Amino acid sequence: MSNTEPLAIKRVTPKNITDKELFYGHKACAGCGGSLAVRLALKVLGERTFSAFPAGCMAAVGFIYPQMAFKNNSIITTFPGVASMAAGIAAGAKALGLEDYKTVAFAGDGGTADIGFQALSGMIDRNDDVMYICYDNEAYMNTGIQKSGLTPYGTKTTTTPAGTNLPGSVTHKKNLFEIIAAHDIAYAATASIGYPQDFINKVNKAKHIKGTTFIHVYASCPTGWGTPTHTAVEIAKEAVDCGLFYLAEYEDGEFKLNKNPKEFASADEYLKKQGRFRHLTDEDIKLVTDQRDKKWERMRKQWL
Amino acid sequence: MDNSIKPQKRDFVRPQHINDYPVGPQFEAGFLAETNAGWRTFRPVVDHDKCVYCLRCYIVCPDGTIFKDNDKINVDLDYCKGCGVCAHECPKDAISMVKEEL
Repeated sequence: MSNTEPLAIKRVTPKNITDKELFYGHKACAGCGGSLAVRLALKVLGERTFSAFPAGCMAAVGFIYPQMAFKNNSIITTFPGVASMAAGIAAGAKALGLEDYKTVAFAGDGGTADIGFQALSGMIDRNDDVMYICYDNEAYMNTGIQKSGLTPYGTKTTTTPAGTNLPGSVTHKKNLFEIIAAHDIAYAATASIGYPQDFINKVNKAKHIKGTTFIHVYASCPTGWGTPTHTAVEIAKEAVDCGLFYLAEYEDGEFKLNKNPKEFASADEYLKKQGRFRHLTDEDIKLVTDQRDKKWERMRKQWL
Repeated sequence: MDNSIKPQKRDFVRPQHINDYPVGPQFEAGFLAETNAGWRTFRPVVDHDKCVYCLRCYIVCPDGTIFKDNDKINVDLDYCKGCGVCAHECPKDAISMVKEEL
């Protein structure tokens, strides 16, 4: 189903990326990982981009009347409808005969994996020409840190408080990337803002693919995670290094593991740095690392 | 600073008539009515002797306030929130966070 052409895409690097800032002067918290993901993606995609945002952090921080932090054409959509709105924009642009444009939908983890999921699934099924970027900060941060489908085990949120009975969230993170890949999508990838060059490359690759593409980018949230603002990028890198998040691609029906570390960095250290995991006991951490090892064993067996 | 690179603060004129209001919740793209400078307790200061222009800070700045200024790194202090990601990520420790004096 892939429409991938043999590509000779010019690589985008910090040196040759556009100087233009398309997401600027927004009111996101200091050290916001989600805004970094949106900023970098828009810089790669350029000014001729239609972007759609559901109710969520990026809609809340970018569209404060009369401020408009986006330099490109952007719109707020309903929470469950970001994919349908983006599909409509793509159809409208095609009907108008526009050229040299890209339609992109940005949504958080809740807007993608829970609330906006059926619209996204339908969009992939129709193979609309839309790039969908999910910035995953592992809870509904905009409304004050509630558990979402992508919240990992043991996370303290306002709806899953940690106490003597429960260690916070008792469910595991949905395997969103593989759910999306199971739609037989043209291109899907996971990325992390801790590896910005890798993220830029993946956005650039998806930009040149016609059809639905999906990028799941791990984006830290200092406010919701209880981390200092200056470690925002470092913590997203550590999540990948300790194996709790992974960098992978799905293309032409094949999975590809981009980063396969021989040895993981300490998950214990990564978890204990964050306020949302600080209450975890050694048994909880063992459960998390066992789950991680099982997942990696399966991924290495099937994807390599 | 080149004005075409990023939006600048502009004066907002309050609408006088109902017809002056935009249709829908959005306003003109790139319209900034205020700065974010007041959020900051620490300000990044670049030591250009140590800086090797690797652009790590430029790419990791969540607010995009770091810009290329004639092959040198410069910070738009009107919109820098002082998160300190640039100073923390700098491989040469060329950026230091200095407390803002009131």
